Amino acid sequence: MFRELPLWPDQASTMAGRVDALYVFLLAIGTFFSVLIAVLVVGFAVRFRRRSEDERPPAILGSTALELTWSLIPLGIVLFVFVWATEIFFAMNRVPPGAMEIYVVGKRWMWKTQHLTGQREINELHVPVGVPVKLTMTSEDVIHSFYVPAFRMKKDVLPGRYSTMWFEATRPGRYHLFCAEYCGTKHSGMIGSVVVMEPAAFQAWLAGGAAGGSLSAAGERRFAELGCQTCHRADSAGRGPVLDGLFGGTVRLANGATVQADETYVRESIVNPAAKVVAGYQPIMPTYQGLVSEEGLMQLIAYIQTLKAPAGRATPPAAGAGASAAEGAR
Amino acid sequence: MSAGPEPVPARRPGGPPPPPPVERRDKANYLNVSFGVKSWLLTTDHKRIALLYLASISLMFALGGLFAVAIRLELLTPGGDLVQSETYNKLFTMHGIVMVFFFLIPSIPAVLGNFLIPIMIGARDLAFPRLNLASWYVYMIGAAFTLYALISGGVDTGWTFYTPYSIVSNTHVVAAAVGIFVTGFSSILTGLNFIVTIHKMRAPGLTWFRLPLFVWAHYATSLIMVLGTPVVAVTILMVAAERILHLGLFDPRLGGDPVLFQHLFWFYSHPAVYIMILPSMGVISELVTAMSRKRIFGYGVIAMSSLAIAMLGFLVWGHHLFVSGQSAYAGMVFSLLSFMVAIPSAIKVFNWTATLYKGSVALQTPLLYTVGFIGLFTIGGLTGIFLAATGLDVHVHDTYFVIAHFHYIMVGGAIMGYLGGLHFWWPKITGRMYPEWWARVSAATVFLGFNLTFFPQFVLGYLGMPRRYHAYAEEFQVLNVMSSAGASILGVGYLLPMLYFGWSMRYGKKAPANPWGAKGLEWETDSPPIPENFARQPHVTEEAYAYAPSEVVVV
Repeated sequence: MFRELPLWPDQASTMAGRVDALYVFLLAIGTFFSVLIAVLVVGFAVRFRRRSEDERPPAILGSTALELTWSLIPLGIVLFVFVWATEIFFAMNRVPPGAMEIYVVGKRWMWKTQHLTGQREINELHVPVGVPVKLTMTSEDVIHSFYVPAFRMKKDVLPGRYSTMWFEATRPGRYHLFCAEYCGTKHSGMIGSVVVMEPAAFQAWLAGGAAGGSLSAAGERRFAELGCQTCHRADSAGRGPVLDGLFGGTVRLANGATVQADETYVRESIVNPAAKVVAGYQPIMPTYQGLVSEEGLMQLIAYIQTLKAPAGRATPPAAGAGASAAEGAR
Repeated sequence: MSAGPEPVPARRPGGPPPPPPVERRDKANYLNVSFGVKSWLLTTDHKRIALLYLASISLMFALGGLFAVAIRLELLTPGGDLVQSETYNKLFTMHGIVMVFFFLIPSIPAVLGNFLIPIMIGARDLAFPRLNLASWYVYMIGAAFTLYALISGGVDTGWTFYTPYSIVSNTHVVAAAVGIFVTGFSSILTGLNFIVTIHKMRAPGLTWFRLPLFVWAHYATSLIMVLGTPVVAVTILMVAAERILHLGLFDPRLGGDPVLFQHLFWFYSHPAVYIMILPSMGVISELVTAMSRKRIFGYGVIAMSSLAIAMLGFLVWGHHLFVSGQSAYAGMVFSLLSFMVAIPSAIKVFNWTATLYKGSVALQTPLLYTVGFIGLFTIGGLTGIFLAATGLDVHVHDTYFVIAHFHYIMVGGAIMGYLGGLHFWWPKITGRMYPEWWARVSAATVFLGFNLTFFPQFVLGYLGMPRRYHAYAEEFQVLNVMSSAGASILGVGYLLPMLYFGWSMRYGKKAPANPWGAKGLEWETDSPPIPENFARQPHVTEEAYAYAPSEVVVV
């Protein structure tokens, strides 16, 4: 299917057309100025070539008008490009609300993806056409970078924190997935495919089922296995904060600060509980670093997201009681 | 400008006059004033130290070039079939380390700058001649560490040493890091020496705005060397310390921040690109005016644009981190600042172009390199605008587009300037002419080979081929074959000067003091210069490049 000499990558996301438009504009500008300079330099060199050793060129010392011209025109062009590119960049960084969530873990040298419905894939990612997809990504070891050229999207995947990227695929097909950040021996083997499917086909693929049930169900089992509920009890009688209704709210910390209860916060509270202690609780929770894999952490987060505030309490009691999977321990 | 009158034998300073006067004239240059290994290894003559550097960096260039050959051979086919992945990763790492830290950064400053700055400002030597020699020894010690790392098994982190990979890699990271750390001091010492020399040792009458633009460019470069290099030295040291002592600076498992490394590393390594390109721009400013025998267009603007580039260079490091998770607002600011670098760069290109207008242009090798430089630097600079554009950089970051871009700047720009300068000042350095015909052939070969090597890489990058890939998808093969073919032509283009320069040192035509009919103090002393550079202290009474004009045009 590949032509002999490809010059243009597939366009398969809502961003691809916008990025390509800017690229074409810059190619036009670049070609214009390259040709202009080449013609002038070569033209002058030939036209004014030395014909005799006695030639005495005039001394032309400079020209403020010309200097201003060839400063201000490029300035105008780059400012225009700056505004254009920044607009695209911000759109890339702004995840549309309601995007379909998928979790990604990079490790040397493979990509592991988990859908909320429980499907887990290695070096593949199935997504539907026409639906914004948000990837929440982390790495088990070194820095990787999730890169899908057909989507014109790339984001570094770092150990110890979550990064997010989003895309909306526009054309069914199978596209390259590359690791773009050098990560060691088999870096060039850390590749895979993003499979974009029509919504009906995607539903059928999802219906193929997941062995372990949904992601949050897996998280719930893990929550029980780790004994989290001994302290984080829904009846507020535990030593740790109640987790119901926590996710997405704000949490007041012992040091007076407040923090947004997002994926990064929940993850940190599990692996490094002492970092952010919820107001009104003691820093007694032990670390779970090394006891839960990155994928397990993502399952726990998916589960905690499903814990809604109990009826009758519209918001979590103290912003704080929302606290993390952190606090609390056995 | 005028130096003292043409030196004549009677005025020659130095030791007691040997009996036959003819013999004395022959002996009195820096090359034949003394002989023996010791006279070179213990010399404090900036001209000899420049040649020590020339020999060392030429070896490093050949070494780095061999790594490139292996890389391009491997990439002829999509499968990783010529060498193992480990080996390939070491090849591109060592190619980068050797070329950046041991060739490009010292190239023009340590060779041409060392040789020419004192002569151009009418001084007898640099301000600190022994420090100058020390800087070469420091360079050699750094090179020894790096060669040790190479011989004992190599390094595979990439020349960028990104954490946490560089902390967990089981290759010889510490030895290579120490090598780079040590070599950094050679840069710092050279920069310091240049700054003091340019401030304190200018000949009477040589005011700041009469300085050759080559000296201005080196002044700007020296500022970066002195202010930036300590940061990379510390950063590299932190990586070594993290590996040995597990301090938790960069390793997230110990509470460190891996992205912090990227900020520190690029805080130096982006300005380092300007360490490579600014001296080359200085060379081009000299060549374009000398080869057209005409005052440079916009002297003050070119001088100031060097300083502007040096300063802006310190404010743009974040453009390497657009997809690293750095805040989008930080990305926006770094993008805007990066675009600003385009302005002083464009100013230089337009001023060089305008200098040729109505000139008396000699179509000789230095001019061919000048034209080549302007062309390749223009393409490199314009593609830099693509990369500064955040929304577009997300796609091409860490692909071959970036590889192509920085090779256009660092090889197309910096090395074209270096080779152009080497040809232009070769008669002054060695007292011999290089063979003009061969030199023209090699300039054309370099230009063609370079474009065939690196232009296809822009296309590859936009198609999405990531950098540092040992094996790649099949649809990328055609463009990779073109690139490898170009590299073999480029290799010939680089080999030719090494051969005919060597040949000319013995067999080349004897060079007169001023073979180009050029202005500048370096052309007013002998070729090769006497050990003291000038027989008597030059007094400068003219502006730079004061070619006797047919008319003075003020636009």
